[in-house]
Amino acid sequence: MSVPADPRRVLVIMPAWNEEKSVGATIRELREVHPSVDVLVVDDGSGDATTQAALAEGARVCQLPFNLGVGGAMRTGYRYAVRHGYDVAVQVDADGQHDPRYLGQLLDGLDDADVVIGARFAGEGDYRARGPRRWAMVLLAWTLSRLTKVQLTDVTSGFRAANLRATKVFAEHYPAEYLGDTVESLVIATRMGCRVKQVPVGMRVRAAGQASQTPVKAAVYLFRAVLALFLSLVRRWPSVEDTTAEVPA
Amino acid sequence: MNTTHLLGLVGATLTLVTLFELLRRRHLREKYAVIWSVVAVGTVVVAVWPQGLAWLADLLGVAVPANLLFFLASMLLLVVSIQYSYELGRLEDRTRTLAEEVALLRLELAEHRADSPEVDPLTPRPRPGEDVPGE
Repeated sequence: MSVPADPRRVLVIMPAWNEEKSVGATIRELREVHPSVDVLVVDDGSGDATTQAALAEGARVCQLPFNLGVGGAMRTGYRYAVRHGYDVAVQVDADGQHDPRYLGQLLDGLDDADVVIGARFAGEGDYRARGPRRWAMVLLAWTLSRLTKVQLTDVTSGFRAANLRATKVFAEHYPAEYLGDTVESLVIATRMGCRVKQVPVGMRVRAAGQASQTPVKAAVYLFRAVLALFLSLVRRWPSVEDTTAEVPA
Repeated sequence: MNTTHLLGLVGATLTLVTLFELLRRRHLREKYAVIWSVVAVGTVVVAVWPQGLAWLADLLGVAVPANLLFFLASMLLLVVSIQYSYELGRLEDRTRTLAEEVALLRLELAEHRADSPEVDPLTPRPRPGEDVPGE
């Protein structure tokens, strides 16, 4: 039996809400590139056959009783990762826009950081955003770069890896609010002493659906992003009791 | 006693009776009943003793006593609404945590059942000496 190159136990957390068309292919592709990682699909109250599609591909599936949003799905995944002794938890979206070929780079990045973001504007790929949406992303990236003292260009990317230290933080404090799963979670991680860095990744066009691009929606996005950023910076994060501890036998 | 006083008295009495009945039927938690009881008693006081309100308005420099009443009433409603928003947010947080725990427990349960199919924890086992239901 060959010793695996990476001794770390890696859990891929895949939040999925009504993704029956793409979740199967995403898991299959991930398994082809990284056969050793475990996949936990968190079905975020889907009304379609997301769970069945994921089970058919041999993934573990965690079903939320109703829709909580990405933040709720991810905290469920992080809790699972801590309770089952995983060393690394990686978020990969179920819609297939995160290319699993970059997973290796994310994992390598954990050598000198606690949270590694797969950044879309850092040279790889051809992802672009314009107008107020772009301004919002630039503003968020600038502010978080100041906070983390690391040059970050894409803080709203959901493609990210967290080591055990960061996973434990996220298992307790992973916001469910608007932009909380991306922006605020980074603020929390930094406040808790985690090091953040980014690695460039290429991002694919979503299999189905397109991000809202009308000027009004983009302006609303900018406004909400600024509000969410402001709140995340002024909020207090009291330490709560460790709810992820194993139940004593 | 004019119509305004009568209206105040009837309103306050109705509120107090409703509160008492809801508390008696355990439909209302005591901590929410307290504030509404205070409001109802305050209404009675203003209804039977309007000079008090006039005196307070004079003291604060409010020309029309009714305006002071409206101001205090709207401030009270505002505070109560904020309190409800706070409670609602706390409940949402707790519901979210419970939903996440339920999802994790469902997964654990499914894995246990897959490991040992002969023991199905969801099937109620008949107690000794008890007939199978459905007869």
